[in-house]
Amino acid sequence: MAVQVRVPTILRTYTGGAKLVEGTGDTVAALFLDLDSRYDGLRGRLVTGDDGTELHRFVNIYINDEDVRFLGGLDAKLGDGDEVTILPAVAGGSADARV
Amino acid sequence: MRFDSLADSVGRTPLVGLPRLSPSPEVRLWAKLEQDNPTGSIKDRAALWMIADGEKRGVLTPGATVLEPTSGNTGISLAMVCRQRGYRLVCVMPENTSIERRQLLQMWGAEIRYSPAAGGSNEAVAVAKRLAAENPDWVMLYQYGNPANAQAHYETTGPEILDDLPNITHFVAGLGTTGTLMGTGRFLRERVPGISIVAAEPRYGELVYGLRNIDEGFVPELYDPAVLTSRYSVGPREALRRTRELVQEEGIFAGISTGAILHAAMGLAERAVRDGRPAEIALIVCDGGWKYLSTGAYAGTLEEAEAALEGQLWA
Repeated sequence: MAVQVRVPTILRTYTGGAKLVEGTGDTVAALFLDLDSRYDGLRGRLVTGDDGTELHRFVNIYINDEDVRFLGGLDAKLGDGDEVTILPAVAGGSADARV
Repeated sequence: MRFDSLADSVGRTPLVGLPRLSPSPEVRLWAKLEQDNPTGSIKDRAALWMIADGEKRGVLTPGATVLEPTSGNTGISLAMVCRQRGYRLVCVMPENTSIERRQLLQMWGAEIRYSPAAGGSNEAVAVAKRLAAENPDWVMLYQYGNPANAQAHYETTGPEILDDLPNITHFVAGLGTTGTLMGTGRFLRERVPGISIVAAEPRYGELVYGLRNIDEGFVPELYDPAVLTSRYSVGPREALRRTRELVQEEGIFAGISTGAILHAAMGLAERAVRDGRPAEIALIVCDGGWKYLSTGAYAGTLEEAEAALEGQLWA
């Protein structure tokens, strides 16, 4: 299950500056373990709780633009060719606060 | 229709069909035209409800100063209501906010305090919280955490949509303060078994996510994911494309956040067609496109418009 992963600016210190990395795994949890084997410490920024079983409160993960919290969270299934996007949660929009 | 004052005319906006964008007679899209509110956006509902709630709770008294982090529609809506009721309004906004935004707010009677450009909306929220601490007699309504924001939609937007579309299957709106989705979503879930409540969240360019640390992130206090069925991230390209389709196909000139909402709604419509299921999908048109003309969103190619939006909070 090879997937493309988009990494936000603040986490690129873990990927040697790379914006787009490749990973494998049947689930989001498995993907994070795979990424951590090459990008040491990345997983620790994305998950919290005992044994890292919870997604960090201020981290949003999307599979093909859909929020994984509505797809089973870290157990959300991945398929070959899926695109995974990692984004920090920020104050934004709703037709408001344009800068 | 006759009203005692402008503020009394908030809400009861039209729900119009989108016959050219709907994929089939069994799968239909309906747009709730929130630009028909008095100051031209859905935020009139939240502003009116937050002010009325503050008065009811006794925290807003004659001559009070209201404070809010906003450079957009909420500020304009609050300014309209505050002026009519005799309150002073102070808005906190990033210093690089567009000139037309400042002029609009000042015209409606708001005072402006600036927060550093680099911190974006997160920083405007932080500066507003600091100002509130320094001026204990000021009243910060705080749209991200004020239950009256969601309550406005529970009491008005939700019932209006259900009255007009009793066989609704999906409701799609934008996710910012989360007030629209929380209030409307809760109302519809209580009354329509199996309804899907879907969030469309704008995905900005890299600059907007310029936090120093993940732990500086922000989730609005109003947000309860249990209200939602699913949540989609929509990038500027898709939002722009749909914003243009909406005006070209249906004649509705909307802001860019509405394009993101339409994109999510059309994805749901395509899925319903694929699954052979009928669907009646209601979506929110947040505001008109006028305030966004200077962003370049409506001119030139999609590539040019997308480049012009880079680094802006376009929704």
